[in-house]
Amino acid sequence: MLLQVRDVTRTFGGVKALDGVCLEVEKGGVHGLIGPNGAGKTTLINILSGITAPSSGEVLLDGQAVHGLPAHRLAAMGVARTFQNIRIFPAMTCLENVMAGQHMVASRPFFPRLFCLPSARRREKDQRIEALACLRRVGIEARADFPAKALSYGERRRLEIARALASRPRLLLLDEPVAGMRQKGVQEMGRLVQSLAAEGMTLLLIEHNMAFVMGLCSRITVLNFGRTLTTGNPEQVSHHSEVIEAYLGVSESHA
Amino acid sequence: MDLLAQQLINGLFIGSVYGLFAVGYTLVFGVLDILNLAHAAVFTLGGLLALWLVETAGLSLWLAFPASVLACGVLGLILDRVAFAPLRQRADSNFSGLISSIAMAIIFESAALGLFGARTVRFPAHTVSVHIWRWGGISITSLQVEIVAVALLLMVGLTQFLNRARAGKAIRAVAENDRTARLLGIHVDGIIAFTFFISSALGGAAGILFGLYFDSLSPDMGRSIELKGLAVIILGGMGSIPGAIIGGLAFGLSEVLTVAITGTSNLRDAVAFTVLFAVLILRPSGIFGRRKMREA
Amino acid sequence: MEALGQFFAIYGSLVNFIGINALLALSLYLTLAAGQLSLGSAAFAAIGGYTAGILTMKCGFPFLLSVAIGSILSGLVGLVIGLPVLRLRGVFLAIATLSFGEVVRIIVLNLDITGGAQGLVGIPNLTKTWGIYLTLALAGYSIARLRRSRAGWCFESIREDETAAAAMGINTTYYKTLAFTLGALLAGLAGGLYAHLNYIITPREFGFSVAVDLLIYNIVGGVRCWYGPMLGAFLLTALPEILRGTGVAAGPVRMAANGLILLLVILFLPNGLVSVFTRPGRPQAGLPPAAVAEEV
Repeated sequence: MLLQVRDVTRTFGGVKALDGVCLEVEKGGVHGLIGPNGAGKTTLINILSGITAPSSGEVLLDGQAVHGLPAHRLAAMGVARTFQNIRIFPAMTCLENVMAGQHMVASRPFFPRLFCLPSARRREKDQRIEALACLRRVGIEARADFPAKALSYGERRRLEIARALASRPRLLLLDEPVAGMRQKGVQEMGRLVQSLAAEGMTLLLIEHNMAFVMGLCSRITVLNFGRTLTTGNPEQVSHHSEVIEAYLGVSESHA
Repeated sequence: MDLLAQQLINGLFIGSVYGLFAVGYTLVFGVLDILNLAHAAVFTLGGLLALWLVETAGLSLWLAFPASVLACGVLGLILDRVAFAPLRQRADSNFSGLISSIAMAIIFESAALGLFGARTVRFPAHTVSVHIWRWGGISITSLQVEIVAVALLLMVGLTQFLNRARAGKAIRAVAENDRTARLLGIHVDGIIAFTFFISSALGGAAGILFGLYFDSLSPDMGRSIELKGLAVIILGGMGSIPGAIIGGLAFGLSEVLTVAITGTSNLRDAVAFTVLFAVLILRPSGIFGRRKMREA
Repeated sequence: MEALGQFFAIYGSLVNFIGINALLALSLYLTLAAGQLSLGSAAFAAIGGYTAGILTMKCGFPFLLSVAIGSILSGLVGLVIGLPVLRLRGVFLAIATLSFGEVVRIIVLNLDITGGAQGLVGIPNLTKTWGIYLTLALAGYSIARLRRSRAGWCFESIREDETAAAAMGINTTYYKTLAFTLGALLAGLAGGLYAHLNYIITPREFGFSVAVDLLIYNIVGGVRCWYGPMLGAFLLTALPEILRGTGVAAGPVRMAANGLILLLVILFLPNGLVSVFTRPGRPQAGLPPAAVAEEV
């Protein structure tokens, strides 16, 4: 088990956003996290990435307790994430965004730079090449020198993933990676997620696009009203009566 | 004992002017989340304009006061149009709004300097007839009573307006969430402009009362009250009207008490700013603030 | 050579003043570069200036040692103040630093050793023009090289989006405090140099309006680039002299010009005057185009 969430509760001013959630994510593979709006999915991702602390319960990463650690400590342990409302660095170029994302893995001492030592230049060149590789990975290499704010919506999502990849994470948390995307973009994102999983990265993703989740995830956890409804493979989950009632039923009536 | 009582009373008088100044300040913050640093310059212009109307145009104060207050309201409209409205869609509108309000403050202050000169001036001796009441060692002038009465009237009036009137409710709705307000059919830009009108009118009124109370007006009189006003609205909780009123009174009292206790006026502001600093560190939402700290 | 001598006889103090202002603007730039709006830089200059001045005058310390101690003390105060204060964001941080600045000013005003309101008188004139500009060159160069170093990336990321920066592994508290402390260190250094320039320093020279001026230099010059603040400081410090040269009356007009420039810049050039020189949509200087890297 790479990630274990045990009985995690989080309250905001008396309202329970999460109420005793349990979740286990295996090493390698894609784990889906679904549930109606307000089920607490983003709150859970925020806890897993250290943006919020749980009110109670524990989170284990590779058997180590990590709940309540600040975000940068979790990032140092190999957790990276994207945000539902895309938080790229708008004034930087795409390449700079990814290079900023190398913070955990890149060595950038100040004094060699101050004295313009060749080692500083060499390091920067290597880092730039690596950043370009990340951009290539998500298919926006051609945009490397564009300011991030000039990108299209889908490209921004990709850029955010590229930035997350730059820290070479063990666990990547994706918050609605294909929200608002067209069919083609969804398919490309699906291929990207699959290739990352094939390399041994573990992914946990929130998504409302059922076809996307069912097609990609090996395991799916359903949240409803801050509680874990069930966990299983896509087959089991899509036939689970409570899930259909709580979630799929709702989405069908929308469709 | 009498001296202390006298000081406390003086503190309440000056505190009511601080409160009036701060109410306008905090109103704009509550609606826009922007610190309007030009508020103090409007305060100054209000006072100086009223003086000009009394002295040069020969109006009675009872006419000059509303005229000047109205003019300050118009300054507020200009402020909104020139300095804030163009920045509203910008991602960093809190920051850029702060900067453009500083720019407007400088422009307004230079206007005050250019129009009224750099010297310290005062209202002519018989602008208001002053009667002095004495009880033992305590004296209160009718001017002081009038100042407090006007200040309280305006503050209570504002509170009632926000709670009862349609436009007042609209202001509160915009302050709560401008997007929802727009969906409800509220003309948000108009409400924001109106908020600036009210805020600046109140600021101008505070300037006139301040000038009458201290019997002195100058183009840089806004500088010290600017910082005090900030202290008041932080203590009261940014955006909270009752907080600003109570904060203003508390601030006025703390000033006179510091003077009374230390025996000098040197430390007057030190206590206030130390308290302000401590409140920010320990309870940034202020004493009456309900608003949560914004995430970004 | 003679012409140069003449120039210095007339404009020497202006040249010195520009250098000091540029240093102070750079000190604020360090905090702004990490996205933190501080109005306390004048206070750090005061700490550095008074400490250095007192050490040379009353303790007979050599000039450089005094300035260094003043700078370090200022940096230490910055560290101690920064830790609690930097939890606040945006406007609240600005107000907290502002109130810290006021507290420092009032303390200086009330201590015996600082000379109170009269100021610290009789500081030997040891700062040379070349010393100021050497310091400026070193500071400017170091700050320019800070970009693309670990700290530089962190500052920039935090400015762009603090939450995302934290999720990316940046210890935001550490780097914000670092930026604040480095800024205080540099402001203290500039203060020490300033103190040994004019024979006298007074609390008035380190007040709120100075803090606002420093912010204006940064905004007008541009906060996205290390030479922006220097440009702003140069232009706005020299502007009064230029206006005087063209025969424009002093006072209000100069002030209005300052305000107008600031307003126009924030409305139409949000990245400051330097953005006129850097073409939009292109990577900034310092980072060669990605294509070059690919050929390697």
